[in-house]
Formats: sequence, structure tokens, C-alpha cells
Amino acid sequence: MNQPTEKFDVIVVGAGPAGNAAAYTLAKAGKKVLQLERGEYPGSKNVQGAILYADALEKIIPDFRDSAPLERHVVEQRMWLMEEQSHLGTHFRSDQYNQQPGNRYTIIRARFDKWFSDQVQQAGALVLCEMTVTELLKDESGRVIGVNVDRENGRIYADAVILADGVNSLVASRAGLREDIKPAAVALGVKEIIFMPKETIDARFNLTGQEGAVIEMFGSISEGMVGTGFLYTNKDSISVGIGCMLSDMKQQQTTPVELLEKLKRHPSVAPLIAGGETREYAAHLLPEGGYDALPKLYGEGWMLVGDSAGFLNAVHREGSNLAMTTGRLAAETLLELFAAGQPASASNLARYQARLDESFVMKDLKKYRKIPGMLDRQRQFVADYPGLLNQAAFNFFSVDGRDKEAKEKEIIASFRQRRSLLGLLGDAFRVWRATR
Amino acid sequence: MIKVEEKLYQNRYRVDADRPHIRIRNPELCNEQCDTHACTVCCPAGCWSFEDGKIGLITDGCLECGTCRVICDKFANVDWNYPRAGFGILFKFG
Repeated sequence: MNQPTEKFDVIVVGAGPAGNAAAYTLAKAGKKVLQLERGEYPGSKNVQGAILYADALEKIIPDFRDSAPLERHVVEQRMWLMEEQSHLGTHFRSDQYNQQPGNRYTIIRARFDKWFSDQVQQAGALVLCEMTVTELLKDESGRVIGVNVDRENGRIYADAVILADGVNSLVASRAGLREDIKPAAVALGVKEIIFMPKETIDARFNLTGQEGAVIEMFGSISEGMVGTGFLYTNKDSISVGIGCMLSDMKQQQTTPVELLEKLKRHPSVAPLIAGGETREYAAHLLPEGGYDALPKLYGEGWMLVGDSAGFLNAVHREGSNLAMTTGRLAAETLLELFAAGQPASASNLARYQARLDESFVMKDLKKYRKIPGMLDRQRQFVADYPGLLNQAAFNFFSVDGRDKEAKEKEIIASFRQRRSLLGLLGDAFRVWRATR
Repeated sequence: MIKVEEKLYQNRYRVDADRPHIRIRNPELCNEQCDTHACTVCCPAGCWSFEDGKIGLITDGCLECGTCRVICDKFANVDWNYPRAGFGILFKFG
């Protein structure tokens, strides 16, 4: 540190999407911002699938498309229900997604985060890497007044601290600002990035130019656990991975590597990645507890943003956009207070909560607040239905001399046998209620 | 069967030799009280082992996800920290 006793307007802990959104918004408005990142470079510790949702970034950097390292814009979304040898799926493909401006892009996080951090620095923030925040500094009243980093004379002071330190949120939980995360509120995702020529990807997925396709997968691949698989096309690589709830993972015997290998061997997936070269294997936790797992989001001198607060919409596989949006809203809350000459007290920072409540972030999380619990209790949604539907499709589409009415009866009987008529009606009701 | 070591071999690390960032608070708890050893199954980098009645931990291949810390909720026996700044996994792609 050049001047260890220097005081900043705001310290942002972490240089992922949430931290970068916050630091950029504050620096752009002329505030004195220090951003601390534990990695060698921004992105070196960060992992995501990864899909970038343009809207959230556009609200921060409107012309990001001119310089951001984007892989492909998504024109096709596939949803697959998997059984051991088959998948039953839907594809949505639209040429509308080829019209500028693009809506969703695949990205490679190490490259994207570096770019985002460059924008933060150009906006005027001081970004220091290889700095791990070990604790928060508080005054006698308990108000957060700065951070301590793992360096000599590591005490740095600020009027407010934004915690964007990621899903493990060690800084916040050790400071007693939030409870530690629980196995039932977090999923472990593992993924590989597999390289192959762009032309091969274009041909396998029916793509041209910068078009991209993404696949989300459910069913037998998660071996009865609540979990999902994914496959995203990058320019000249494919990201493939799977994530399952830790509360389920800890009660079974399949390792994450075996789960990933099994997904890659699935007959619907294997031909798509055949011949590619794996260049990295990564793992990351995802805070999937939803609305009911959210901790207190602000207090005297501090705010939580992004994964460190648990802002993730597991149903829609959205996280980075919630991270960027909450980072921006936290920053805008502070800008409003600074402009009015008001301190970052807990009562003033309640405006951050108000902004969140008005945004899609809280509205979406509230809408799906019952989903995590429902999937945890009602195992038929992951364990029974994907198989039943695949068997029904196999029966229906196989031409074998039996009459169609007999096939229909068999299919209906297979559902009633596994779930009973009341069970089926109850499941329909549960889905309806959990998504209201 | 693909071994986890073959996967980790693709990754870039700067190992902080002899300074593991994860420690077991009380190995006897693992050896004698815990009967699941879920860490040995769930760790995506295969850092944990349980052989001959003894828990083992080698953090060199750690992906810094936090799984072992979170799943050990019954005993809270994992003293988990990030590696010293600049050390540990260096994701090329993330």
C-alpha cells in the first residue's frame, strides 16, 4: 500500500460481476473507490457457465458490445429431460435473436472479468489484486469503517464497504453480518471447457457466424439429486457441466467427477463434444437457496451484493445478471446518500432494500421462493417424471404393430402406477402454486 | 474411469508449498466420530481421503469452491481459508 492510512469513499471487496458493477458505477460518478481482489488478476478465481445477460450490463455500460470479449449470441435454447439412453426436449430458436442488440451471450469468465475490470479502472477506481480481505474494521458502535487485508499495515478505511466476495462470503459471515451458508441452500457445480474448431461447433449445432446454442438438462444425469446439467457453445470451445445441491451430494456416493463424466458419456451429449480437447476443469458453489435463504442485505456501513448475498435465480439459471444489478443498485444507493450528504447508516441503506424490492431481482426470487423447498421434498419431479416422459415418448414413437389406443393406455397406466391419479393432480397443483 | 488427477492436470496452480490453506481442526473427530466422510465423495478435486481409519487432506489441487467447509456442518471441523493472495488455482477460462 502506498498510503495505508488513506481513506476512500467506498471499498468494494471482490472483482466479479457484482463487485465490478458496483465499483464501475461509483467510480464513473467520481467517487473515490478502492476495489480489492484476492486473485492474481480479476477473473482468476471466478467460475461461471457462462451466460451473460445483456440487459443487466447494458444498464451499466451501454456500449459494452463494442469492446467486451463475447463468445456467441444465443439464438437457440434447448431444454432436455434426460433418461439413461434418451432425452425428451424442447428447442426454441428465433432469428429475432440475430437482430442487434443481442440479448444473451456465452462468455468465458476469465476473459470477460479482465475486460470488465479494465472498464472499472478506466472509470477511475483503484483496483488492487492479490489482496485478500481478512476482516472488517468496526468502530465502538459496531459500524463498519473499513477492511483489513493480508498485508503489513493492512488497515484501509472507507465511508462504506460493499461486500462482493462471492458465494462463500467468508468476510461477511466471520464479521457476524450473516449466517454461514447451509448445504441445503447451495449447489456444487463442476464443468469442463472443451476446445474444437469453430466449424465443428457450427456444424454440430446448426449455427453460422456468431450464433450460439445452449442446452439445459434435467433428469437421470443428476442421479435422483436436485440438479441440472448444461452445455454452452463458445466460439471455439464448449462448456459442459453439472450442478447438484450439496444437501443431496453429501448423502450419496457418486463423486462430482463421475457425475460430469457420466453426463459427457450420455448418448445425447457425447457426439456433441467428441474429439474435443479439455483444457480446464473447474468447480464452484452456487447459492440456490432462493428468497428464503437471503440474509440481511445491509447494515451500518455495509451492503451485500451478488453471490455473497445469495442473489441467484436457480429456476431460470440466472445469476450474473442479478449480481450486476444488485451491485449497481448498491452503488446507486450510496451515490444518492453521498449527494445528499447523508451517512451510510443502516437506516439510510434501507433504500438499497427498497431498490431491490422494486427490481426484477426480488420480484423473481419471491415468485419462485417455494421452488427449492418443493424440489427438496417432492422428489418425483427429478426422480420420476423425466423417466416417465422419456418412456412415454419411446412407446409413442416406436412403430411395433400395436394399436395406438393400447399405447395410450399403457402410457397413462405408467404415470398412474408411479404417481397415482391424486398424485398427478397434486403435482400439477404443486407446480402451479410454487410458481405463482 | 477417468481419475480426478487427470482433470486437475489441465489446470494452472501456484502452489503455496507447505502452507495448506485448509486444515482439519481435530482429525480424531473425523477418524472416530464422523461416519459418512462426505468430504471424500463431494470434494470435486479429490483432496480428501479416508484410508485405514485415518482422514487425509492434500490441498494442492483445491479448486477453492468451499464444498468441504459447507458439508461438514455437523462437526464444523474444516478450518477453511483462501490461499495466501496470489496462490492457489489460477483459472485460465473460469
